[in-house]
Amino acid sequence: MSQDESLERIREDTKEWQQVFQESISKTPERLKRFSTVSDRAIQNLYTPLDIEDLDFSNDIGFPGQYPFTRGVQPSMYRGRLWTMRMFAGLGSAKDTNKRFHLLVNEGQTGLSTAFDMPTLMGYDTDCPKSRGECGRCGVAIDTLKDIEMLFEGLPIDRITTSMTINPPAPVLWAMYIAMAEKRGISRGIIGGTIQNDMLKEFIAQKTFMCPPRPSMRLIADTIEFGTKEVPRWNPISISGYHIREAGSTAVQELAFTLADGIAYVEAAIERGLDVDSFAPRLSFFFNSHLDFFEEIAKFRAARRMWARIMKERFEAKDPRSMWLRFHTQTAGCSLTAQQPYNNVVRTALEALAAVLGGTQSLHTNSLDEVLAIPTEEAATIALRTQQIIAEESGVGNTIDPLGGSFYVERLTKDMEEEAFEYIRKIDEMGGMVAAIEKNYPQMEIADAAYKYQKQIDGSEKTVVGVNKYVTGEELPVEILQIEAELERKQIEWTNQVKNTRDNKKVKDALEKLGEAAQRDDNLMYPIVDAVKEYVTEQEICDVFRDVFGVYRDPSVY
Amino acid sequence: MDQKRKIRVLVAKPGLDGHDRGARIIARTYRDAGFEVVYSGLHQTPEEVVQAAIQEDVDMIGLSSLAGAHMYLFPRVVELLKEKGADDIVVCGGGIFPEEDIPKLKEAGIKEIFTPGTPLREVVKWVEDNVKPRS
Amino acid sequence: MGIAERVTSGDIRAVARLIRDIDDKVPGAREVLKDLYPSTGRAYVVGITGAPGVGKSTLVDQMVTHLRKAGKTVGVLAVDPTSPFSGGAILGDRVRMQRHSMDEGVFIRSMATRGYFGGLTQSTRSAIDVLDAMGKDYVIVETVGVGQDEVDIVQSAHTTIIMLIPGMGDDIQALKAGILEVGDIFVINKADREGADRTVSDIRLMIEMDEKRYRNGWKPPILTAQAVSDIGIEEILDEIEKHHKYLTSSPRRQSRVMYEKARNDLVEMIKDRIVHEVLEDIIHSGEFEEVLQLIVERKIDPYTACDTIVSTRLRSGSK
Repeated sequence: MSQDESLERIREDTKEWQQVFQESISKTPERLKRFSTVSDRAIQNLYTPLDIEDLDFSNDIGFPGQYPFTRGVQPSMYRGRLWTMRMFAGLGSAKDTNKRFHLLVNEGQTGLSTAFDMPTLMGYDTDCPKSRGECGRCGVAIDTLKDIEMLFEGLPIDRITTSMTINPPAPVLWAMYIAMAEKRGISRGIIGGTIQNDMLKEFIAQKTFMCPPRPSMRLIADTIEFGTKEVPRWNPISISGYHIREAGSTAVQELAFTLADGIAYVEAAIERGLDVDSFAPRLSFFFNSHLDFFEEIAKFRAARRMWARIMKERFEAKDPRSMWLRFHTQTAGCSLTAQQPYNNVVRTALEALAAVLGGTQSLHTNSLDEVLAIPTEEAATIALRTQQIIAEESGVGNTIDPLGGSFYVERLTKDMEEEAFEYIRKIDEMGGMVAAIEKNYPQMEIADAAYKYQKQIDGSEKTVVGVNKYVTGEELPVEILQIEAELERKQIEWTNQVKNTRDNKKVKDALEKLGEAAQRDDNLMYPIVDAVKEYVTEQEICDVFRDVFGVYRDPSVY
Repeated sequence: MDQKRKIRVLVAKPGLDGHDRGARIIARTYRDAGFEVVYSGLHQTPEEVVQAAIQEDVDMIGLSSLAGAHMYLFPRVVELLKEKGADDIVVCGGGIFPEEDIPKLKEAGIKEIFTPGTPLREVVKWVEDNVKPRS
Repeated sequence: MGIAERVTSGDIRAVARLIRDIDDKVPGAREVLKDLYPSTGRAYVVGITGAPGVGKSTLVDQMVTHLRKAGKTVGVLAVDPTSPFSGGAILGDRVRMQRHSMDEGVFIRSMATRGYFGGLTQSTRSAIDVLDAMGKDYVIVETVGVGQDEVDIVQSAHTTIIMLIPGMGDDIQALKAGILEVGDIFVINKADREGADRTVSDIRLMIEMDEKRYRNGWKPPILTAQAVSDIGIEEILDEIEKHHKYLTSSPRRQSRVMYEKARNDLVEMIKDRIVHEVLEDIIHSGEFEEVLQLIVERKIDPYTACDTIVSTRLRSGSK
């Protein structure tokens, strides 16, 4: 039988089966009026070969490690090496977090991931009036290189990689890390890790911003250029959809806006005169894994295929590694509930499984108490164990891309790819992502999606267990980690001590040089590294940026 | 003529945390419930929040916080309202809070605390029951 | 201290509450406005209008900064539309002016357009009076230039600024019918965008063509600006000052302007009062719906219905 004949037969059989199905539901009606994903995508009752008729195995699905990389960027995937279990941690002082890092490394974690407190994330020192009450609350407080030295004390930074979730002041924190390594005799050519450094998604979603979009893009191009030349094992940017999703986007919006951001960064680096294949292999991505199991898996697969196509066709990359979409995943913080918090372990496990079936390179699993506060050690350990159980007990890593070829998953993958490309086309028409952000386009799209989703939960169109269904009055108590109230005062005292013992003449010179470089078109990473070595504080450097580049103000889109 | 007074609410994000999904959803929800909602924008100090509340003559301030600085920021707003003789303005809060902080916040004068998962209609109903437009 | 005294002494709480009372049409507010009237007439009122997204709030924010540097105090009224579905509103213009929130010399108030039957113009005018009476040197009123109400509001300003952005070609044609003729100054914001020159020449052409419309000797200047980057703000303030001088330079013109303004104000006030007395009253009593039903069923003609309602209500005298 030829393929056409076989499809013809399936077509007839499907028609027949749909009749049987209709008869069946006329007796027992369907549970729901409409079956849809978390992102409100309508789902059919059944998928068959007819639904993937338009797909070509070689062009669209193919083999792991081969273009278009739908099935994974490495040929061996988890049969070779498991994903990196990278748990995000940071609390209180550098000393406290250093202790947590040692604990995680001893528990078998293979990469570090640093969470900073709000003042650090916004480029303010602890003693700034805007920082009142925030020190150490949602991550570690860093004011100077001294804090970074304490943060990584005793940790094998020549062997493990470090991810730093930081955006507007990313160049400063990265410079501190480089300076710290060099003081320990480890050269910048050896250290590996990632800085998030993705400002576009800050304007779109997370709203941790400092300077306006255009100068922010210049700083990012500086870091990409510097990394390519000086710190070749470092990912100078982690292009993030995570926060876009947390802000309430749909899965397709997460996919589209993240890749559109990526396109903007590639364009900025090329404009800087860099060859696409010199930097593109070091671009990394960061996605959210939400609750809709198959939709998420399809999203990861679509992302890989789309990026490969964008790099090859749009930017004419030659090196296959430039076409690799390597990504970190975090399970969806916004899917956790304060009600019946132990259920969060199960949610996280499902989300983590989707990330693994989607072929993630590294993974953070949320702790059950994250919707209440910074996780306790116990909760963080359960979250890590969740990954270890998936990796070593479930057997899902035994074969590569086990869902490849599934009629449903392939259809979803293709649909999401097409819809995301449609968004990218719209953004191109607006003049690219920076222009689209200036028009508040992605912000509005996300705000609308978030509101719609919340309304659906409120109207019980979507179920959230323990919130709008299976609600119980009794709540199991959860132990909560509290941050020491005295921390703020102590940190301010400590930074003052650093300021009093540093060479303030050199500090002044370093800041002047930085200011001059900012006025010109010099790559700012060099003077920043020089400055942090003199124990210039984070805010002192960021104030130079704010002076020269201006301050971005929230356009308030709702 | 007895025209019903409209409830005016300030939705504010004190502190450096930029997670405004909740604040924006609440702003829309209040609007759809017929309230007049003044939105403060991000990264406000408690002083700025209180100044806005007074200039806008709101009946209630809804504070949103997700990054753990609520124990300073929220009570400070209440304290400043008292200083300015504007403590008739009801203050409530939404976001991520450890269970044990909630009674402390209430003691400090935050009238109600909403945690993730609270249905929107409950949030609206609470305002309708507890916030009366000034007469 | 009475409310009027508290307002004139600059008491922020009293000012804020009085504006609320005006907005809510609390009868007592009217009495306070009468008491305040002698203290008004000193502030210079600037109206700014334009389509959503042209950057009005950002311009206001920058103007406030410049005026404050020059030692002037400023009141801002930012008007946003009320949702016709719920009657609620999100008032977000304040966000772009948040850096002035701690400045005692600046008072910012957001207002919603509210009802279906006007009234906005009246309450905004009264709010201007309140800010004037509290001693603000300048009062800036910002509205979305979409409806007649909004046009009327900015018309009650001494100087009216119409804001546009490049690439509004067809929109300009549409605007022509409504708001363009009330503009004393035109500002093309976001002038770094493509098409700014084109927009400037479009507006220029329109002004040239309609020259007789522009009263005696004031030809509206067309300025370009990039409000977000603080470019072109001084020039706008200079033109406002020039317009101010123009209005006051000849005593005849000044008294004519004052006459026009008083006339406009009085007409608006009477309209508002009639709406208030007649329309809202019959809506509340249910009579409106009854009559409406009769008209729908064609049992009565709308002319007779209107005559009956208006004559009985108005004859019953003011309340």
